[in-house]
Amino acid sequence: MASSEDLVLVEALRAGDERAFMMLVERYGPAMLRLAMMYVSTRAVAEDVVQEAWLGVLKGVDGFQGRSSLRTWIFRILVNTAKTRGQRESRTVPFSSLWSPDTEAEPAVEADRFRPAGDPSPNHWIEGAPTNWEGVPEERLLAGETLDRVREAIEGLPPNQREVIRLRDVLGWTSAEVRDALDITETNQRVLLHRARSKVRRALEQYLHDEKVAT
Amino acid sequence: MSTAEALACKELVELVTDYLEGALAERDRVRLEDHLALCEDCTSYLEQMRLTIELTGMLTQNEIPAEGKEELLEVFRAWKEQR
Repeated sequence: MASSEDLVLVEALRAGDERAFMMLVERYGPAMLRLAMMYVSTRAVAEDVVQEAWLGVLKGVDGFQGRSSLRTWIFRILVNTAKTRGQRESRTVPFSSLWSPDTEAEPAVEADRFRPAGDPSPNHWIEGAPTNWEGVPEERLLAGETLDRVREAIEGLPPNQREVIRLRDVLGWTSAEVRDALDITETNQRVLLHRARSKVRRALEQYLHDEKVAT
Repeated sequence: MSTAEALACKELVELVTDYLEGALAERDRVRLEDHLALCEDCTSYLEQMRLTIELTGMLTQNEIPAEGKEELLEVFRAWKEQR
């Protein structure tokens, strides 16, 4: 559902308010470009797709009915535009598999951190189980360096996991918004999000653990 | 808690996202919470996951928008003209 801010923005666009338009461009442009690059081969084509999508937004704004949030609606237009363009590029990977998680299992935590079969409590944590990060001083936990690790971990993810965690956890979209904007299933989204979050947690654990050892 | 049904830590770490997303069936949710009640390590794990999400949410979009803002402004003005 569109928020009241969404409706105000839509009215402003309909009235031809340049500032409202540029605000939206600044707010969503970068994420749109990243997403467009999932579907087409080059940045130049992706930039073109983004521009075409904005034109689509303007042309369609009179028909916006507020059944979804404004950003979901904008991103749907972007994704459809990008798909159409991508198809013309005779790509080999079908879009249906773009958001399908790799079928290869990706355990959230390395298997060797659990007790082996045959142990009195198999599959339970071995020494070095997760510790409570509340023991980490807040100024360290919230330091720029910690956030840099998070950013690096996200950048290192497979593209589909990366884009899902960005939309969900960096930009704060709901799962329904992501599902509607990307036209992906709830399950695929959840698997991608799970793998992404698990890897970011691992990177943080590694970093915070090393820090502790160093001090 | 019946041990036959008990969840192992290794399984729990794979269910954390479903749990946080509210996507677990009632029965599985109860199993998971039963496990958490007895397992400090997994409680820490879940807490780490929550902090991970929180820290991720503190990242700001630091990318500079693509060039082409001027072009978009022209697109907008042309569209407005035609209305």
